[in-house]
Amino acid sequence: MVSYIIRRLLWGFVIVTLVSLIVFFAIRLLPGDPLLIFMAQSQEMGTMSLEQIEALRAEYGLDKPIMVQYVNWVKDLMRGDLGLSIHYRENVGKLMLERLPVTLHLSLVSLAISLPLGILAGLAAALRRGTWIDNVVVVGSYIGIAIPVFWLGYMLILIFGLRLGWLPIAGYTSPFENFWLSTRQLIMPVFCNSIAGIAGMARQMRSSVLEVANQDYVRTAWSKGLTEKAVVLRHILKNSMIPIVTILGMSIGGIFGGSVIIENIFAIPGMGRLLVNSIFAQDYVVIQASTLIMACIIIASNLLVDISYGWFDPRIRYD
Amino acid sequence: MGRLLEVKDLKTYFKTDDGIVKAVDGVSFYIDEQEIVGVVGESGCGKTVTQLSVMQLINRPGRIVGGEIIFEGKNLLEYEQHGPEMRSIRGGKIAMIFQEPMTSLNPVLTLNQQISESLMLHLKMSKEEARKRAIELLGLVGIPSPEERIDDYPHQFSGGMRQRVMIAMGMACNPKILIADEPTTALDVTTQAQLLELMKSMVEQFKSSLVIVTHNLGVVARYAQRIYIMYAGKVVEEGKCKDIFKNPRHPYTVGLLNSVPRLDVEGERLIPIEGLPPNLTQMPPTCAFLPRCPYATEQCRTQPMPELRPVEGEGHKIRCYVDIAEVDNVTVKK
Ligand SMILES: Nc1ncnc2c1ncn2[C@@H]1O[C@H](COP(=O)(O)OP(=O)(O)O)[C@@H](O)[C@H]1O
Ligand code: SF4
Ligand SMILES: [Mg+2]
Repeated sequence: MVSYIIRRLLWGFVIVTLVSLIVFFAIRLLPGDPLLIFMAQSQEMGTMSLEQIEALRAEYGLDKPIMVQYVNWVKDLMRGDLGLSIHYRENVGKLMLERLPVTLHLSLVSLAISLPLGILAGLAAALRRGTWIDNVVVVGSYIGIAIPVFWLGYMLILIFGLRLGWLPIAGYTSPFENFWLSTRQLIMPVFCNSIAGIAGMARQMRSSVLEVANQDYVRTAWSKGLTEKAVVLRHILKNSMIPIVTILGMSIGGIFGGSVIIENIFAIPGMGRLLVNSIFAQDYVVIQASTLIMACIIIASNLLVDISYGWFDPRIRYD
Repeated sequence: MGRLLEVKDLKTYFKTDDGIVKAVDGVSFYIDEQEIVGVVGESGCGKTVTQLSVMQLINRPGRIVGGEIIFEGKNLLEYEQHGPEMRSIRGGKIAMIFQEPMTSLNPVLTLNQQISESLMLHLKMSKEEARKRAIELLGLVGIPSPEERIDDYPHQFSGGMRQRVMIAMGMACNPKILIADEPTTALDVTTQAQLLELMKSMVEQFKSSLVIVTHNLGVVARYAQRIYIMYAGKVVEEGKCKDIFKNPRHPYTVGLLNSVPRLDVEGERLIPIEGLPPNLTQMPPTCAFLPRCPYATEQCRTQPMPELRPVEGEGHKIRCYVDIAEVDNVTVKK
């Protein structure tokens, strides 16, 4: 088990390194110059001389060959220094500390809602197969999977934000500052971010439960005279969760990916929004840092998911 | 000895796209106290469905459409499938073990969890008592060092060992009847014999009755006191084990005897029964065995399905028009 985790962590390290390399080179090979964009958008528009720009370029080390830049970046990283944002002119580490909790808040709430809801919906549909409950879940999950998130987001803003005026249309407030406002602001984004997850989860859970319910060991359980509740809770549920754990790993990636779109629709100052803005501004330093952090989060959560397999399925051996 | 279970004219049908499958069509049988009964027939003849009907474990698209299942004087079919009366009988008074040892135990629960469950449910034991009893039971069925293995998972055991665990689970609540549905089919010959011995000694020890369901007449030869031979959803021959082996009277039984390896005979030549069992959705009005029967007469072709009729031997009955003892080409391997 310990050696498995160590091996997985090493692999994770290799993947993160590759991701960082690819991102590092790709953004530099794209046409455009972050400093020119910065200059064009800055207060002193047109007042900067070419010399000043070149001085800035040297300050960021962007005048050096790419390989040297990468080595320097990694060196700084080792010291815990994520660099200085070109666009925001701020320490990127500080920027991340502001933005990351916002995205984590949105993602974790979405996950905490979609996971149990999806599982319950799928379970109910399977146990009451062919009834109206089943039909609602099946049709609902098709819609949930097919619906485009950005369209849904704008529709929600249009209806509940603008027409009915029930919910704030955008923005983010820390729950520690104003819990009520924070929650109201999160309702629509979380809804958008959960819908595909709930639908996918419900569908997988439904087919999983239907399959498990037909297994010989479930017949054995019935033959012991157990109640339906005992058969479902003790014999069906845990076995049905095994495939759910598999898609959970993907769902976590999906929810983080989804937050990029959702933060932009609802003007939420999280990692996703930061990443998109930084891409437009060609803010190399921020792009590098945020992709690095996202990659680490996704790899870590997948590792957690894989370890939790062992709890659901004793046949799994980590070696 | 008293009558424990009496099934009368049981009919269990399945509604499928191809029509109604009459998997069990008018089966009657009984089991006395402390008796070992064999139910034998080719795969698909309705053995499992018959036993599942007794347990009321028939699910859609199947349904018990007729008959009575009298157990301890009560008709089980009057009870609701998942009602409290039926649940207390299932596992408590009638237990069943299944063909596939590899898939019949829950892979994510330990042996303790799976055996204790029945003990706590039916005998109202505490967790600790149930665990102690589960260890004893595992010892009884021959699992080595049971107190160490009780918290293991099924995948840590071989097929034969798992079937022993199934037997322990089945006998856990001291049931009146243990139904063993092809308990040894998936296992090698040596293990088969050991498990049959084990089941026999277990039911003797617990004073239970045993139903051995098998497609292999050889399996029941040494153990069963009485045998039911099934074909296409019906009993075609029944009687005492020794009568059926010495004096088989139904052509299908003769075919079975010649086609099935016996545990007690070595180096024999097997002659399979020609043809296939009929499609249960389109049963002819005549004897179901007619297309495969070497003894068929004009009467068989024109008359409806024969009824069970008594022949020589106590309780010996056959569903056949012909008296094959009088036909000279009888080829029963002795
Ligand atoms: N769930 C089901 N749906 C449709 N037909 C079934 C079902 N279960 C059993 N049958 C039919 O019932 C017949 C008897 O099956 P079974 O009792 O399992 O035979 P066996 O004697 O091999 O145990 C078979 O022909 C099978 O096609
Ligand atoms: S009734 Fe006729 S066809 Fe049927 S088993 Fe007897 S001899 Fe064969
Ligand atoms: Mg069967």
